[in-house]
Amino acid sequence: MAVQTQPQVTTSTPRTAAKPAAGQPWKERWGGLFFVAPFLLLFAVFMIWPIISGLWNSFFNTSLAGVKQEFLGLQNWREMFGDPAVWSSLKNTLVFTAMSTPPLVIIALVMALLANRKGLLGWLLRFSYFAPFVLPATVVTLIWVWIYQPGFGLVNGLLTAGGFAEIDWLNTENRAMLAVVITTVWWTVGFNFLLYLAALQGIPAQVYEAAAIDGANGRQQLFRITLPLLSRTTGLIVVLQLVASLKIFDQIYLMTNGGPNFATRPIIQYIYQNGFTNYRIGYASAISYMFFAVIVVVAVLQFRLFSGRKEAGQ
Amino acid sequence: MRTTWTFPKVATIVGAVLLAVLWLVPLLWALDTSLKPEPETTRSPITWLPAAPTMAAYSSVLDQGDLIRWFFNSTVVSVLVTGLTLVVSVLAAFGFSRTRFPGRRVLFGLIIAGILVPPQVLIVPLFQEMTGLGLVDTYWGIVLPQVVAPVMVFVLKKFFDGISRDYEDAARVDGATRWRIVWSVMVPMSRPILVAVGIFTFIGAWNNFLWPFIVTTDPSMMTIPVGLANVQGSYGLRYAQIMASAVLGGLPLLIVYALFQRHVVRGVGDAGIKG
Repeated sequence: MAVQTQPQVTTSTPRTAAKPAAGQPWKERWGGLFFVAPFLLLFAVFMIWPIISGLWNSFFNTSLAGVKQEFLGLQNWREMFGDPAVWSSLKNTLVFTAMSTPPLVIIALVMALLANRKGLLGWLLRFSYFAPFVLPATVVTLIWVWIYQPGFGLVNGLLTAGGFAEIDWLNTENRAMLAVVITTVWWTVGFNFLLYLAALQGIPAQVYEAAAIDGANGRQQLFRITLPLLSRTTGLIVVLQLVASLKIFDQIYLMTNGGPNFATRPIIQYIYQNGFTNYRIGYASAISYMFFAVIVVVAVLQFRLFSGRKEAGQ
Repeated sequence: MRTTWTFPKVATIVGAVLLAVLWLVPLLWALDTSLKPEPETTRSPITWLPAAPTMAAYSSVLDQGDLIRWFFNSTVVSVLVTGLTLVVSVLAAFGFSRTRFPGRRVLFGLIIAGILVPPQVLIVPLFQEMTGLGLVDTYWGIVLPQVVAPVMVFVLKKFFDGISRDYEDAARVDGATRWRIVWSVMVPMSRPILVAVGIFTFIGAWNNFLWPFIVTTDPSMMTIPVGLANVQGSYGLRYAQIMASAVLGGLPLLIVYALFQRHVVRGVGDAGIKG
């Protein structure tokens, strides 16, 4: 734990008490703005402005080619609520999130417990568990498409060698999502693993020494000390993971292109297709906003739940 | 002290190693495939180690030239994104942590709200904006939107809040300006966390797929992840070549990570958990 000095004690000379010399007040009052200005400028141009213009576009019949805009009012929004492709791709996104989040949290925890050791073995374990995370999505999907390849891919090679029937993972409707989830867990579990590992290393050794003196065995230490102390971290990881999983696009686009028969197409890909393939900027913007609302609701609910539990735990 | 090898301890180590092997298998399989002569890759039943390992796939991939260009682009983009993000976020975090100006709370609240905005939902208006600014197929078009990282400002501000003001008071007595304090007090004191967030920003920028994919159409402006997305098509079913390009595309960051692993693990502790 970082020892935090109380600001009230250390600020011996509060700024308000300083006598404003001639010409100073302006600088005193506004000078701080210069520090935040570069970030604010970029924030305004590349985040606030697209948010506003996206909302604006959603009321127009805008195309990417910049053809004259026609005001539609809420027509894009009404169309969206009646568009089955919106709901099926949103469902795919939610299914992916529900399938990927539990293993991404649990396996990360197991890895952290296993790799929290010193020496060369610890280094090697940490490297192996985290290594896939540093790879680009394209590299990951090239490797896994090859692994899932029918005929001579690794998985099917092992299946046929073991006498099982082979599965065309990425082209079978009820297998493709599972295949993507497996790839995703392999690729991204390392980040959650690091968060758990950092939390584990933050638990003081004295806690375990005291427990050992009291006669607690390894299992008791794990269930009575380690896991309860990690509950805050688990809350944080679940929030981050849910929001990250909802934003799924790269792996699915690259592995199945949303197929077979749109069975894996996530909502971001539907937005992408409307905007960049069908050139329907206004419609794509309306869907973006709806999806944005879903993410905010999930995140806020999670934060509520998480902070509520934290208070209860104290 | 001697280690006593009890059954649970041995079982734990065996389990840990097996899991590590499982996690390495896809990487090793890719490496293995890339070293096979092309006909051997599609042989059934599958072969394990190549009978006669060859670098042929690598040389034909590199001969096509684009890969080296994409490496260069990825390096330029990732270095710019990391450097600019760090400078801009450090300054903003300092401004919010240590200075007072009208509207400070409102602006900080707005930035916190920005953490919730997924960049993916902004691709359409952002692309329109880039077209308007003439930044499509330029480095700045790829880089600038990635520099906006509200979460970074938040994490660094919280970290700066925890640094005692005694240090800067001492510096101020010595006549340091606020700019000097940022670079000579705050930055050195937050080195570990800056290294960690810097590495993660670099990894994120190097691996970012969606935005560079949208904002580049010219193959000579593509980054590694975007360029590689097309190799499956252009190499046909030559798996040794596909895997060779995957290995080349993944190797730089694996090496960077192996060198910096210690800093990454320690920095995540400083940045992630106390936040």
